[in-house]
Amino acid sequence: MSTFWSIWISVIVLGTIFGCAWLLWAVRKSQTTDVETDRTMGHSFDGIEEYDNPMPKWWLYLFLATCVFALGYLALYPGLGNWKGLLGWTAHNQWEAEVAEAEEKFGEIYAQYGDTPVAELADNEDALKIGQRLFANNCAVCHGTAARGQVGFPNLTDDDWLYGGTPEAILETLHNGRMGNMPAKGVMPNMTNEQVDQVVNYVLSFSGREKDAEAAEAGKAVFAQGCAACHGPGGKGMEAVGAPNLTDDVWLYGSTYEWIKETVVNGRQNQMPAQSGRLTDDQIQILAAYVYSLSND
Amino acid sequence: MHKHEIVEKNLGLMIVLIVLAISGGFLVEVVPLFFLKETNEPVEGLEPYTALELEGRDIYIREGCHVCHTQQIRPFRAETERYGHYSVAGEFVYDRPFLWGSKRTGPDLARVGGRYSDAWQRQHLYDPRSVVPESNMPAFPWLFEDRVDHTKTAGKMETLQTLGVPYTDEQIANAEDEVKGKFEIEALVAYLQQLGTVITEKR
Repeated sequence: MSTFWSIWISVIVLGTIFGCAWLLWAVRKSQTTDVETDRTMGHSFDGIEEYDNPMPKWWLYLFLATCVFALGYLALYPGLGNWKGLLGWTAHNQWEAEVAEAEEKFGEIYAQYGDTPVAELADNEDALKIGQRLFANNCAVCHGTAARGQVGFPNLTDDDWLYGGTPEAILETLHNGRMGNMPAKGVMPNMTNEQVDQVVNYVLSFSGREKDAEAAEAGKAVFAQGCAACHGPGGKGMEAVGAPNLTDDVWLYGSTYEWIKETVVNGRQNQMPAQSGRLTDDQIQILAAYVYSLSND
Repeated sequence: MHKHEIVEKNLGLMIVLIVLAISGGFLVEVVPLFFLKETNEPVEGLEPYTALELEGRDIYIREGCHVCHTQQIRPFRAETERYGHYSVAGEFVYDRPFLWGSKRTGPDLARVGGRYSDAWQRQHLYDPRSVVPESNMPAFPWLFEDRVDHTKTAGKMETLQTLGVPYTDEQIANAEDEVKGKFEIEALVAYLQQLGTVITEKR
């Protein structure tokens, strides 16, 4: 803050305080008597009159006390322009102290788990309790409080993994996030409506649910050209790019003909946000153990 | 004659003294902020809203999001743990008006940018309870049907330019094309996804 504004603030603040004190003193000086009488101010409105009595002493002293308090406060805390206050208090300092206190209290607890391998940590009841709370606060909004997911957000309690369920894969997902991107019509942008119908039938045939066996048969070639690059020739998926296995009964976006058709026609974009920087490495370690424990009892 | 009658019986003098008395706080607490570097200069890396984000911001205001969501993280550990680095004045210099809000029915959104995926934001705005079962947020399905009004975008940016937001003439010229035909949901999600992303470190 520039000197001008520092002086501006200080003069007005101190002027106000001393002005109040002066007003009290002046009013006190001008009163004609120290005792309470029946004398009135001499005016009457609608029959209401006003006594002309001195201010009660306790009240006067309270006013004075507020002035003294204000001066003390301004000496201790930053209120007068650039004056930092004798206590050196700032909002940032207070916050840092709060954080430091918490780190001292909780840091050890986190640190003792931070170096433990995920698989081992997943057997530690205490760590899992912390993990469960971290999950509720940071992950449940998408994956659900029971981690069972919902449309577009994977279930974490089953054995089916888009990017792998090893401790390393889970840690990578948590630290750096994942970008899922299925292009519309796969890698075959000129897929015709007929071919879409065929390939959807072929995908349904993986789980024996095709509507039209002939179309499903024809869809095999379409799948090989447009989809197999990511989902694999047999539709088993590919963890490296997060392409789901299409032959099981786990569906991220619905398993009916209509749902699959929409997925094929419009593609799907999805994203798991990176947690590095949001959570500490120790917290991520514990979270990974919690997620790992959900499908590895 | 009592001395206070000088004030009480001279209306003009009383008005002057009352104005002086009630403007003290304003002169000390507000006026200097108009001239302070800390409150007037953008934090490093802060960019004015793109045309689409600006329209998203206006939808945010129109739908009253700021009534239930604040955009100001206070410097308390409980808040910085949950939301990230506390808000600083320099983040809001291009906000006219700022949307700090005063009541949290829902969570603070000052750093919601990048926290959830676009897909999540869209699904949540279409049907909040489909992703957060205990949510009491209203659904906003019409955002998926209505298009952004592109006719006023350039005018809004010109106004902001006049007020000191450093838009280039090129940005203003391209504004209409950038938002034309876009659904309102796209604008709103674009706005939400950039909120608070300039300061990325937690502390």
